[in-house]
Amino acid sequence: MNLHEYQAKELFKKFNMPVTESYVVDTAEKVVDLAEELNGKKWVVKAQVHAGGRGKAGGVEVVDSYESIEKFANKWLGNNLVTFQTDDIGQPVNKILIESCSDIADELYLGAVIDRASQRLVVMASREGGIDIEEVASKNPEKIFKVAVDPLKGPNSTEANELATLLKLESSQVDQFIDLYLSLVNLFISKDLALLEINPLAITSEGNLLCLDAKINVDSNALYRQKEILAMRDVSQEDQREALASEWDLSYVALEGNIGCMVNGAGLAMGTMDIIQIYGGSPANFLDVGGAADSKKVAEAFKIILSDNHVKAVLINIFGGIVRCDTIAEGIITAVKEIGVKVPVIVRLEGNNADLGSKILSDSSLNIISATSLEEAAQLVVKSSK
Amino acid sequence: MSILLNKETRVICQGFTGSQATMHCRQSLDYGTNILGGVTPGKGGQVHLGLPVFNSVNAAIEKTSATASLIFVPARFCKSSILEAAEAGISLIVCITEGVPTLDMLEVKVRCDQLGARLIGPNCPGIITPGESKMGIMPSEIHLPGKVGIISRSGTLTYEAVKQTSDFGFGQSSCIGIGGDPIPGSSFIDILRLFQGDEQTEAIVMVGEIGGTAEESAALYIKNNVTKPVISYIAGVTAPPGKRMGHAGAIISGGKGTAEEKFAALLDAGVHTIKSPADIGRGVAEATGWG
Repeated sequence: MNLHEYQAKELFKKFNMPVTESYVVDTAEKVVDLAEELNGKKWVVKAQVHAGGRGKAGGVEVVDSYESIEKFANKWLGNNLVTFQTDDIGQPVNKILIESCSDIADELYLGAVIDRASQRLVVMASREGGIDIEEVASKNPEKIFKVAVDPLKGPNSTEANELATLLKLESSQVDQFIDLYLSLVNLFISKDLALLEINPLAITSEGNLLCLDAKINVDSNALYRQKEILAMRDVSQEDQREALASEWDLSYVALEGNIGCMVNGAGLAMGTMDIIQIYGGSPANFLDVGGAADSKKVAEAFKIILSDNHVKAVLINIFGGIVRCDTIAEGIITAVKEIGVKVPVIVRLEGNNADLGSKILSDSSLNIISATSLEEAAQLVVKSSK
Repeated sequence: MSILLNKETRVICQGFTGSQATMHCRQSLDYGTNILGGVTPGKGGQVHLGLPVFNSVNAAIEKTSATASLIFVPARFCKSSILEAAEAGISLIVCITEGVPTLDMLEVKVRCDQLGARLIGPNCPGIITPGESKMGIMPSEIHLPGKVGIISRSGTLTYEAVKQTSDFGFGQSSCIGIGGDPIPGSSFIDILRLFQGDEQTEAIVMVGEIGGTAEESAALYIKNNVTKPVISYIAGVTAPPGKRMGHAGAIISGGKGTAEEKFAALLDAGVHTIKSPADIGRGVAEATGWG
């Protein structure tokens, strides 16, 4: 689950990480009053969306008049921001963050992530902060410094000192950096984060460290024990069908094609998309009904798939392990009757009670085509979608 | 021979009296798995599926001399259940549960390594040695005792690989679902090493997925250490890059982890790669010349 920048900065503040004074607003009327409370003559205004690349897309501006602040708020509030990290529709801007503007001498990068390869929480830092950090990472990986945190002992100041030395920080900044490092790792661990990023981490003209931007992604599996974080969820930033799917414990991702897919298991769902494309078709979605699918869930999955009006045919590919194919078959029949499916439905059932499932489908006299193999199913659905 | 599990392996189940555990333990017992009892704290002394229930893994080991544990407890209790088993001296732990927090797994993995416990999963279908024993939730009827070792990150794709190698008549020595989580208890490499050393296994099917660099690491290991034919399918070649936040994910992988890179690394290691999940059986036939 992603957090907004302003939410991430609230957490930073709680963990004594250096952030500037700021206000978050959701209507243009309030912006000037709040900007007045932030002393100074310059402000940074930032559209709050769940995506990076906001600066290049016009979603971040440095302004020096109240009129400009108002103009920025009127331009973005209620509209969508499209960046290179979003889709073509972009993300809705419902809130704007206004910050006092600081004089920046230098911009570093500081991030933390779970590294699958080393199986550690790894903290990464670089002198080359800013928007081109990914390019730095691929072309000059030696400019990205990394330290791993011991899963049993937690963070220590030796690691922080190591990074500070590699970053060639001035002695006055080293203590600040050690505090920041320890706070960052403690925040990461205590809130079950999956990713935390400060880009840029600024060095102000006075020589102090300051977190200018903040990105946080939380481990969804841990939300049951993170009530404070769960309350920060912003459903407006999620795809509506994806959000609806998650309510039913279905994993759905909308894609560009016209073949709706319903599959059990994430791997097989991706495999099904692969084979559809091999036969010249194009999947409209990824949908994993999960291990505990019942007929109600299958019906909901059907509704979500068909709510995309690009869908010209549906492929249901179930390999019953935990889930029984006769249960799936009954769910399919219920759903087809209930919502009046008008597109061809191709079904391939395999595994647990597959024969019984196929019999239920063929006895149903509904327009459901039963395929005997994955290849045949893929060929049939691609043909139906043309 | 087989790897990790045979009909002699002494198995207990943690979370024994839950509904999923009950269903799958009943099926495992029917299959021949040597399940000797289970653990549900607070229900010690009861009898479930005709077997004794214990309050702790220690108590279960004392009475049953179990060496393996199959875990079905809810995700929030997995960390403590896995650690309890490892600390009690269980040497093979199979955790089926999905949704275990990643930070829990970082700690669990280090502790299991220190204690010498082999952990499979979490978020996996488990393991099976066809014709002998299963610790997991896979449909047993698709399996056939034989000579292909199967390792997979995905549950249902494992079944796909099993069914196809059964349909071709090759059968399986053992099938290991290592699970799809970011921090799995065992890696491809851990299992490749076991299959390479197993006499019954004559070829290895490795089913991967996009994301992470486990397949690239496995490819390098295969190149230097595995002499048996390896057949590999990577799911998600055609998956579009999703919406994302920030750069840290891309920086840590250094731009690696795409399906193309995985295929390239596997080809370089002499692995027989296939592009369609329907071609796994055919791929084994081609790579081995078994026809």
